[in-house]
Amino acid sequence: MRPFDYLEPETLEDALALLADDPDDTVVMAGGTSLVILMKQDLVLPARVLGLRRIAQLRDIVASGEGLALGALATHGTLARSEPVRRHASALAATFAAVATVRIREQATLGGNLAHADPAQDPPVTLLALDGVVVAKTRFAERRIPLDAFFADFFETSLEPGELVLRVELPPFPAGARATYKKFLPATLDDYATVSVAAVIATDTTGACTHARIALGGAGPVPLRAQDAERSLVGRRLDDAAIREAAALAAAATDPIDDLRGSAEFKRAMAGVWTERALREVA
Amino acid sequence: MSQHRIRFALNDASVDMTVPAERLLLDLLREDLGKTGTKDGCSVGVCGLCTVQVDGAPMSACLLLATQVDGTQVRTVEGLVSPLQDAFIDEGGFQCGICTPGQLMAADALLRAKPDATGAEIKDWQMGNLCRCTGYYGIARAIAKAQEAQ
Repeated sequence: MRPFDYLEPETLEDALALLADDPDDTVVMAGGTSLVILMKQDLVLPARVLGLRRIAQLRDIVASGEGLALGALATHGTLARSEPVRRHASALAATFAAVATVRIREQATLGGNLAHADPAQDPPVTLLALDGVVVAKTRFAERRIPLDAFFADFFETSLEPGELVLRVELPPFPAGARATYKKFLPATLDDYATVSVAAVIATDTTGACTHARIALGGAGPVPLRAQDAERSLVGRRLDDAAIREAAALAAAATDPIDDLRGSAEFKRAMAGVWTERALREVA
Repeated sequence: MSQHRIRFALNDASVDMTVPAERLLLDLLREDLGKTGTKDGCSVGVCGLCTVQVDGAPMSACLLLATQVDGTQVRTVEGLVSPLQDAFIDEGGFQCGICTPGQLMAADALLRAKPDATGAEIKDWQMGNLCRCTGYYGIARAIAKAQEAQ
């Protein structure tokens, strides 16, 4: 690994000030699972690394009447075991538990996961389906970025230089809704998803769909919402025809690439299959 | 480039030293502290050979900067005292042995975190520790045996 200067501020204010000093040559490190590999492989060559591990306030997980706030430094393992996360949506806890291996889950953090922006990651998919909003801050201003505007491209986010992810906020879980996360893993269980699907569905007493969210991972340059598929469901009974039509629309919304996990054509077809399975589970 | 004083407990003994920012925990353990039980395998956090415990949680020493363990308790296989070691011998939980330190540190972390782990939980937890000799059956039997012995 190439030499660099390491900074480990004790407070958020100090971290934001250090980041503002030299935003272009400073890389932020949370758990470090992805960054350390990228530095070992000379894919990221920072002059300065800003470690966040001492900033305890970024670890908080807070449930309130306004929903759930997940601190950027909460690890995947902590989030998978968290009672407030389970109570909000057990599918969200299950999503964090589906990431890689126990070792990675104990070290890797929510904020690091989002900033790394690999489109095959698990948490962004379920957080998208739960209408998550990223709260980010520079030394000068704080802003809220809906997750569907957060990811810009492969490994790129809409974070500005000097901006730090503080937390993800989720609005209250829709009344009566059901949620699921499906991860297609044809090779090994610790792999990234070939494709993955999160679905959140609510129906009224007549069985008509009142709320639909469908999000996909590994299916394009960013985790994406299948909004045509969502719209096709609202107001309808979730019968076989409705589910098949929504699954076809979700597959059509994907823009996957050929890689070692399959061809683009295969992934698009699997996006349809796994959307259908997810919808049958929560319909 | 920057140098950092780090203090942590390694197998209950205190360590106080100065390291460059880019020093990996794995290299610190093996090269500076002589704890060569922790092996270097894939170097990208996949194989589990370098599994150590940091404050009781299993982690890959190849993915941690040494500065990240400042103020923590680190345990390596040299500091392990557990019925797991005898159980691995009794049940044939290894063959070539290179994955064994990582298997033991992961299994010990499991038995501490979840003393009543089910067979499925044992499999899920050990999933990230690769073994190319045993087919895993001996390892799973050894962990179950150590669990009963506790």
